[in-house]
Amino acid sequence: MRIKTLLAASAAVSAFAMIGTAAAQDLTQTIQERDELNCGVSTGLAGFSNPDSEGNWTGLDVDVCKAVAAAVLGDDDAVSYTPLTAQQRFTALQAGEVDILSRNTTWTLTRDTSLGLHFAGVTFYDGQGFMVPADIEVDSALDLDGASVCVQPGTTTELNLADYFRANDMEFEPVVIEQLEEVNAAYFSGRCDVYTTDRSGLASIRATVADNPSDHVILPETISKEPLGPAVRQGNDQFLNIVKWVVFALVEAEELGVNSENLDEMMDSENPGIQRLLGVSPGMGEHLGLDESWAYDVIAAVGNYGEIFDRNVGPDTAVGLDRGVNDLWTNGGIMYAMPVR
Amino acid sequence: MTVETHPHRAPIPKGRWLYDARVRSVLYQTLLVVILVAVGWYLISNLLVNLERQNIATGYGFLDREAGFEISESLISYGAADSYGRAFIVGLLNTFQVAILGIVLATILGTLVGIMRLSSNWLLAKVSAVYVEIMRNIPLLLQLFIWYAIITVSMPSPRAALQPFTGLVLSNRGIQMAVPAADPIHPWMWAGLLIGIGLAIGIKIWAKRRQDATGQPFPVALTAAGVIIGLPLAIWVLGGAPTEMSIPELQGFNFRGGRTISPEFAAVLFGLTFYTAAFIAEIVRAGILAVSYGQTEAAAALGLRSNMIMRLVVLPQALRIIIPPTTSQYLNLAKNSSLAVAVGYPDLVSVGNTTLNQTGQAIEAISIFMAVYLSISLSISAFMNWYNKHIALVER
Repeated sequence: MRIKTLLAASAAVSAFAMIGTAAAQDLTQTIQERDELNCGVSTGLAGFSNPDSEGNWTGLDVDVCKAVAAAVLGDDDAVSYTPLTAQQRFTALQAGEVDILSRNTTWTLTRDTSLGLHFAGVTFYDGQGFMVPADIEVDSALDLDGASVCVQPGTTTELNLADYFRANDMEFEPVVIEQLEEVNAAYFSGRCDVYTTDRSGLASIRATVADNPSDHVILPETISKEPLGPAVRQGNDQFLNIVKWVVFALVEAEELGVNSENLDEMMDSENPGIQRLLGVSPGMGEHLGLDESWAYDVIAAVGNYGEIFDRNVGPDTAVGLDRGVNDLWTNGGIMYAMPVR
Repeated sequence: MTVETHPHRAPIPKGRWLYDARVRSVLYQTLLVVILVAVGWYLISNLLVNLERQNIATGYGFLDREAGFEISESLISYGAADSYGRAFIVGLLNTFQVAILGIVLATILGTLVGIMRLSSNWLLAKVSAVYVEIMRNIPLLLQLFIWYAIITVSMPSPRAALQPFTGLVLSNRGIQMAVPAADPIHPWMWAGLLIGIGLAIGIKIWAKRRQDATGQPFPVALTAAGVIIGLPLAIWVLGGAPTEMSIPELQGFNFRGGRTISPEFAAVLFGLTFYTAAFIAEIVRAGILAVSYGQTEAAAALGLRSNMIMRLVVLPQALRIIIPPTTSQYLNLAKNSSLAVAVGYPDLVSVGNTTLNQTGQAIEAISIFMAVYLSISLSISAFMNWYNKHIALVER
């Protein structure tokens, strides 16, 4: 009996010592073995990641997840979505709860270096703005001295806000609430005079949450740069490369005029750039450790970057954003893919 | 003590030491410590290795860096240029503020409702019964949302604010009141108030001793009230009796001046108070019911009036039953104050979460939460245990 107790105790100790010595393999293999990509998205921002009436996630950020799943697993439906608040997102990624964070998250130096993350590109260039009720009759953010401002915590938004008011020698009262729905409720009930977040977010909230969108105006000032893009954990170089090049491939496809409709015709294209992208001339897939059809699968699943933009946030959607700086570099925007070669 | 020390302890028979109770107990305890240390060491080293592997910075150095975010309400001066450490202190003080006020108000309300529920007045008894059942059975988080919505949705905007009289403004930015404008005499008045309270306690002790010795009662309540109010008042008069008031006035977007009770603070305070009071009411009711009715009858037979019976006979006995479970309600209230984050009151958790998110120092921020809540809980527990012992001594 006593010997047994002792044996059990030592077994427990050695069992603890064994955990954690699991073989180091790249995340890509883990995802392929699991046959599912775990993707962290926002808790519901129309146009970026939002569940529709049937519970299917849609949006620009969601399409990035689908594109990565299509490249790695050949199946854009093999994604499990985890809604994360601004507060939860980095911890969830660090802890391995999600493989990729595709959640309108701003790429900053601190986050890229000290949080154990790597950003894998920019899928939307944004900037922070202010929204106010139209009847408040304010035309400039510089008239906001003394206002109450609704903002979500743990965001770059919160820091830019403090910076902006400090730089312009103005005061404000922050109303800081974690859940997006609660912040929305606080703004629309009049708890605060101003709502601040990325301009795309403001447009999305105005379009989908406001009773009457024309009762709210987005002020002209853009007070920050907010490059939004997917992030992955450090230490998985192959997976980082895949996410990075999936993002580039989406833009490259638009540059080359390849879209989800003409994809099969394009397989016969004489253009060597298209041939490399679609795997007609092999090599690119091999370098990423994927099938040569990786980019073909991605475009077949979600289309090129322009299609993703138009479908989710473009002028014909409820969010109604212009391409602006998110247009291709050849059209006066700053979307520029590194060459796939 | 009946256990002897063993000056002539029997020698342990050779070869049978494993069967000796003393050796075994030492052995098991050593084993336990070794296992605890091994598990702890494993967990911590695993943590450090993982943080290192993922390139996540560690340490508390970030507390000195500039926070860069604003906090809406603060008991000490704070701005975005201050450090994360100071932001934590702001959050801590806000937690204290709401927890202490909540405990005081919940105790008063809970005691009243508990006694009311035992009242012979049918209406009073039923109203308090309904109150207790509703409040106890709705989750606190939901109650916070309800209070917050009531305040922010039902109250008018600042421009249409209700002003029942000059100096009081009700709007969805909270309750704003006129307060005396800052004056150098105020700190002295606070000091006077503290001294007054000290004196009142002294008077109570002296009066009790005198009554025990001579049987002569002393009007303690009246004297105490006189000292507590009179001393600050005298200081105020000596200080030139400043009467200037800071009155909330509409400037631009919001009312400025005066003292503001924000909707966030009000929602959290109301939520914590009304929720915890329901539990305290039940504890008070149970405590009173546990005192044998014969005590009441005996006291009545002595000719005591009913409020004296409650105050001098029933409550002192009931208190001994009430204190321990009430302590755990106080602990709950202090811990539940962390739900404040849901409605945007900048308590410790809210500020800490923001810090955690801006710096990514999850382990460090969580360790601060744990240390703070553990200290708060242990302090409340220690104080209440002391108080419990103190009142238990009265009974012989």
